[in-house]
Order: sequence, then structure tokens, then C-alpha cells
Amino acid sequence: MDGQQVRIWESRCIEESPPACAAACPVHVDARGLAELLAKGDFKAAQALFCRFIPFPNIIGHLCDHPCESVCRRAEAGEAIRIHALERAVVSSSLAASPFRRGRATERKRVAVVGAGLSGLTAAADLIVKGHEVAVFESGLQLFARLRGDPRLPSAAIDADLARFDNTGIVFHCGERPDITALAKEFDAVYLGLGAQAVPDLAVLVDLTPDGRIAVDALTYASRHPKIFAGGSHRYGSTPHTYSPITSLQDGRCAALSIDRLLQGASLTANREGQGSQSTRLHVNLARHAPSAAIVPADPDNGYTPAEAQAEATRCFPCHCRECVRSCPYLEHYGGYPKRYIREIYNNETIVMGARKANRMIDSCMLCGLCAEVCPEKLSMGDVCLSAREGMVGKGKMPVSHHDFALRDLAYSRSDAFTLTRHQPGFKQSAVVFYPGCQLAASSPEQVERVYAHLCATIDDGVGLMLGCCGAPAHWAGRADLFAETHAEFSAAWQSLGRPLVLTACSSCYRMIADHLPEVPVESLWPVLARGKLPGEATAAQNSRMALAIHDPCTTRHEPAIQDAVRHLLDRCGTKTTELDGPQLTSCCGFGGLAQFANREIADKALDRRIGQSNSDYLTYCAMCRDNFARRDKRAVHVLDLLFPDGDDPAARPDPGFSRRQENRGRLKRSLLRELWNEAMEEPTDAIRLVISPQVQADLERKLILTDDLRQVLRHAERTGQRLLNGKTGRFVASHRPLRITYWVEYAIDADSGCYVIHGAYSHRMDVEAAS
Amino acid sequence: MNTNAPVETELLCAACRQPLVLGKVKASYLGSSFEVDLPRCPGCGFVYVSEALAQGKMLQVEQALEDK
Ligand code: SF4
Ligand code: SF4
Ligand code: SF4
Ligand SMILES: [Zn+2]
Repeated sequence: MDGQQVRIWESRCIEESPPACAAACPVHVDARGLAELLAKGDFKAAQALFCRFIPFPNIIGHLCDHPCESVCRRAEAGEAIRIHALERAVVSSSLAASPFRRGRATERKRVAVVGAGLSGLTAAADLIVKGHEVAVFESGLQLFARLRGDPRLPSAAIDADLARFDNTGIVFHCGERPDITALAKEFDAVYLGLGAQAVPDLAVLVDLTPDGRIAVDALTYASRHPKIFAGGSHRYGSTPHTYSPITSLQDGRCAALSIDRLLQGASLTANREGQGSQSTRLHVNLARHAPSAAIVPADPDNGYTPAEAQAEATRCFPCHCRECVRSCPYLEHYGGYPKRYIREIYNNETIVMGARKANRMIDSCMLCGLCAEVCPEKLSMGDVCLSAREGMVGKGKMPVSHHDFALRDLAYSRSDAFTLTRHQPGFKQSAVVFYPGCQLAASSPEQVERVYAHLCATIDDGVGLMLGCCGAPAHWAGRADLFAETHAEFSAAWQSLGRPLVLTACSSCYRMIADHLPEVPVESLWPVLARGKLPGEATAAQNSRMALAIHDPCTTRHEPAIQDAVRHLLDRCGTKTTELDGPQLTSCCGFGGLAQFANREIADKALDRRIGQSNSDYLTYCAMCRDNFARRDKRAVHVLDLLFPDGDDPAARPDPGFSRRQENRGRLKRSLLRELWNEAMEEPTDAIRLVISPQVQADLERKLILTDDLRQVLRHAERTGQRLLNGKTGRFVASHRPLRITYWVEYAIDADSGCYVIHGAYSHRMDVEAAS
Repeated sequence: MNTNAPVETELLCAACRQPLVLGKVKASYLGSSFEVDLPRCPGCGFVYVSEALAQGKMLQVEQALEDK
């Protein structure tokens, strides 16, 4: 993976952006976290969280001017969360706040703070926590003198907050007007929180604003004097109406950060982009939330009761994006969101020592593109996972086992057992070539024959036929080498037919050719059929009372021409249809990205969620989707079942399963050669006749064991005589390791018929042999 | 453990007509190998891996080695 590309992907996921409330709060109180705790009724944890951000929780809890509420996204669905009232309920539940803990600065310095208001004492508190020595000078007789008269604020609240300074070593000098010039000499730094008055006599030390207040840098709160910082209402010039407790607190905090950096010799300006009130990129899907009004306290003077606060907190969404996570069972499964996954995936590739824990996660994505569709930033986890697969496979670090079965199936489809390239019988050229793909051939070879006959009858100048695999499994497995090989084979076959237009019946084939073989003209079969005459036997569906719900294969997500053509065809058949989420928001059947091989559990979750969307029978135009629905007992038809009907209830057609899929491909080739090209083709007969119950067959499918694998084991046992006998059951147990995998079969031989009755099979990849 | 004790009493090597006994077996995967005790035929050395082992412990070890 390219590190720069990874950073771009990462930066596009905005889930870690703060919610609007926390971004707007000058000191970024996590109001979302607070509401989540309160919604659970955990006031204690809520108070601890509040104290992490606010040095004087009782004062702010009573007085905050709450700029957060004016941006709360809840306001767009009802009324804003009363965040400040929640904070008040938190501090009302318990006044006691834990004492400040003096930190251990590498070099403890001495700082003077002049003015014991919110800005000055916040600066003092932060500097103590950073480990410095602080002396506070206040001309009045009391700390927080300005706040003491406020009727909203009980004096016990102030005292409880000040108790946080107990045992911190801070020194308070009340009733003193110190000489600032002297302080600047004696102390390592000075913070001035002098209140809104003008200070003309400080002109000798610092620059003044036109109205006589200390001029400070907007980011660092530094004055012209290298040791002197100033802020609070002195900076922003409050009147009783514009006094903002939370702004004063922020000033003290930012100045303390500058002072600490000054004392450490660090840059005053670096990395302060997030300082102060901000907007946010976090996306919230408001459509998910019904409007609701704020809870009104029964006793407005005393604010929310705990129960009222809990009810109000429950109204917080809380703000998150996670649109993709909600849409995709794969993303949901791992408990995080793309920004985090991308980091894990990148680390997984770059890690030098230790387990690569994300391997299976990388191989479990269906590469279906739904996430990008719902993401406000159009981030595609499919692109991320595919790139990671290619990177890991390229390094030889991706477990072969995840895709081994699918790639052996691909090898079968590339073999002489299936591949075929011919002009139409009686023609020396092809105007078009029909490319049914390996999965339609596997699912219903008869339909391939019918479609081919129909195309031959309706298209002049020759319809060639190509059987093979488009290489999608190689691409999805990150096997660039194998993908290139299949392309070369495809290209050679196509050129041998004179480079005709390729008609695909499978949307994955269409995708692979359209996206990766720019020189090959390709069209989907459906628009071609939609433009022509309907096959004579086309029908509305066996059960025309019920509308069919259309499931578009995920590989057609951005192909409106194909989607429309299918709907047009259905219309012409007189089929009643209904939509699920529409083609753009379609989801994967689990085959995409080979997810069903690397992670059956997740793929089936995705499939089952899709199935759960409607009770109607589904209609699709991908053989793999159709068969996957059938495998999970969902009634589903392929559009070809309507265009070329055969039998009474195609929606009940079972999933053929992997063994039958391979057999069907071989059978299709032989049948075509026999019927159309008059070649003598014998159906193979096998001396080993198997009897497999449906339960055992289903178990074999789950374990990805083909009947052909069983035959190999049995033949091996016959040849070598090597097998175990279970004295109790009379059954044999035999094994064989053709390559990489050891297969075990438990079987009995039926005395009358000579058939092999299969009782079970399993496999492992580890090789075992008796130690000598 | 006594490696000569018969195990899996129901299972006999069909070729040698002998019950399997626990014995040293070399297991290897992806370039790692180690010794374990598994039932094997004392005559021809045929090693038996049960389904429970193949889909349990052995699968876990395979996956751990794959992700190394
Ligand atoms: S939709 Fe998903 S990937 Fe996109 S920003 Fe939201 S959480 Fe991140
Ligand atoms: S809904 Fe909750 S998380 Fe979102 S802005 Fe409002 S308080 Fe914050
Ligand atoms: S399975 Fe589809 S929706 Fe889920 S992450 Fe992969 S590409 Fe995105
Ligand atoms: Zn033996």
C-alpha cells in the first residue's frame, strides 16, 4: 500500500471529528460523552468527565454561557440538547471535585498570576497540574470576588471548587496590589487576568490597545514582554452583559499552555489549530431521528432532577457519522469505523514482528462499494481492502488458505474441462461473442444453451461463443499475477474470433472486462435482449399475484443502462416488481470480494440482512446472487427464469452447490460440442459411485469439500489399501493429501450395490507424518 | 504418557490389522514443524487425525502460523 494514499483515505473518514457541541465549546468539553453517561444514569462518571475539562466544575456548572447549545445538531430535529442544564444537574448531584494533582515538571519554574478570577485561577490550576510553583495576587479580599454576588451561584459551589487547590502548595496573596515590573523580574513568567479596566501605567512594559488594555497575540496570549501573558475579560473587554465565564476560562487555559511551553523552551505557536471554538466536519444523518422537544424541568430554579437530566441526555443522538458501518455488516462486525480500520490495515502490512491480526479482516470485505455510496466523503473501504490484499499478496504475507478454494475453482474454469472458443456453427466470423461466464454456466447450463440459441436466431452475421472465467476471483484475491494470466487467455481467445463485441450475462464479467480490458468492446446481455424481440416463451412469473423485489448485483451499482434494461425486460414480460433500496444502494450477496470463502460468517450476515428486507420473492440477474439466496432458503429467480422458463417454480430451485457447479460447467461444454458442433462427447463414468445424504452434502459444502475430493481419497485408499477400520461401526476412515490439503473421509461400502456411502469428511492443511 | 498404550480402541489399521497407539508424529505447516503425540499404526505408521482435532486445535495452530 502506498503510504500517501493511505493517509488520504484516512483523512477522508470524518468519524473522529468532534461533535458540533464539543467543537464549539471553547475548551471542548465532551458534551456527547457527558450525555451518553447521563443517559445511562452514571452521574459519577459524568462528573469525573466534566472535571477532566473544567477546573472549576461547580462554577461553570452553574454559570456557563454554553455556546455549544447554539450549534447542537439536535436543534435540527426538535430542540437543542440543554447541555448546560445537564452540566448543572451533574454538579448538583455532588459538589465534591477531586483535588488538583501537582504534576512533575522536568524543571519546576515559578509563575505569578495576578487576578483571581476565572482566567487567572484557571491558569494557576493548569500550571500547578503541569508541575510549576504558582503565587496568586488578588487586590480584592476574596478569590473569585466577581462571581460571589451572582444569585445563580451558591457560595458553597465556589468553596467546593477552591478546595481543589488544597495541598497543592499554591500561595494566595489577597488584598495585595503587586508591582508588575518587579514580578516580571522575580518570576519566570507572569499571567495577568486584571478584569476589564484600562491599565495605562503598564505602557512601559507592554503594548496597549487604543482603549488602554494589554495587547496580546490572539493565539498565544503573549504580550510584547517575553515573560508577560494576559487574558480573560481584560482581553475581550466584557460588560456585565458580555462577560463569558467559559471564554475567561479558555483564556487562562491557553495562556497557561503558552507559559508552560515558554518555560520548557518549546514553540509557543506549534500545533494549536484546534484551540478555541471550532466548526466540525462530522456528518450526522438527521433523517434517522424523529424530532423531539427539550425536557422542561418541573422546578426551573433548581434545574433538572436526576431523572429529568437522564431523560434530556437520552435525546442526544449522539452525533456520529458511521453511515457506512450502519449499512455494512462487515464494517459493523469489527466494532470500529474506517479511519480506525485503515490504520489497522496499514499497520498489518508494515509490521515487522508479531501477528498480522488484520489479515482476515482485509479478506472479509465484499468489495461491493456500498460504503462509498453512503459515505459523505465517498470513501470506499473496498478500494482500501483490495489495495491491502494486493500489497500483502505481493509480499507473500497473505494466508493462501483464505482464497485457495475459490482459486482452485477458477483454475477449473480456465482448464480444458470448461474453456471453449468457437464461431457459431456454419459461420467463419463472429459479429458478437456470447460470454456467459463461469457462474451462470455453473448454476444453470441449460439457460446458457437457450440464450445462445436465442442470440443465434436473432443476431445476423454470427454469434461466437466463449466459455471461460473472467478472472474476477483472481482480482478479488489480490492475485495480480493470476489476473494478468486470465486476461491474456481471454484476450487471445477473443482475438482468435476477430475481436467481436463481447456480450456478458454476468455483471462481474462485465465489470472485469469494462474496467480492465479497455481494448475489448463489451456490452451486458440485458440491454441487448431488451432491444430485441422477447423470446416466445417469456412469462410474467409463475406466481404473478406477488411482485418480485429486484436485487441488483453490486457490480452493476453504477450501470443505470443495465439496471433499466432489466426493468424494461420485466415490464415487457408483464412482471410486477418492487424495489428494495434501489440499484445504487444495493448490497452484496456475499460472493463479492470472495468474502464468503474468507469469512463465511460475515458474508452470510450480509446476505441474511439483504434477505430480511422483504418477504417478496427476489429477482436478480446474477447467477451467484440467485444461488446464494437459494442457499439461505430465500425464494429467488434469475431474470432468465422468466425469459426462458423451464419447470414450474424456478424460485424454489435449490443452490446447486460447489461440486455440482463444477460438474455443470463440464457438462455444458460437452453438451454444446455434441449438440451444436456435432462432436462425439462421452459423459465420463466413474467406477466410484457415491451415496451422499443431503445433510452430509450440506456439511461438505460448508467445509468446501468437493465430491471430486472424496473420490480422490477413495481411489487412493483402494490403490494403497491404506485405511482405518472402525471395529464398532464397520466404517472405514481414509485420507489423502493431493496437494496442500489433507482430506479425510469416513465411509462404508454398500454390500449390495458396491456404492460408497459417505458418512462425513473433513480436511486440514497441516501435514502430519510419523516421526521416525 | 505411555506411548505404547492402544488408543481409539475402535480404530484398527485395516492393512496391518493392528489397533492404533499414541506415538510421536511430526506436524508441519508453512515451514514450521513440531512433534506431537497422535494415534498411529505401530505397523505401517499411518497417522490418524480426528475431525475434532482437525477443526479445533489444529485449525487454531494453522491460523496462528498463517498470520505470523
Ligand atoms: S461514512 Fe464511514 S467512512 Fe465515511 S466518513 Fe462516515 S464513518 Fe467515515
Ligand atoms: S446531539 Fe448531542 S452530540 Fe450532537 S451536538 Fe447535540 S449534544 Fe452534541
Ligand atoms: S463489504 Fe462493501 S460496503 Fe462493506 S466495506 Fe466492503 S465494499 Fe464497503
Ligand atoms: Zn498399518
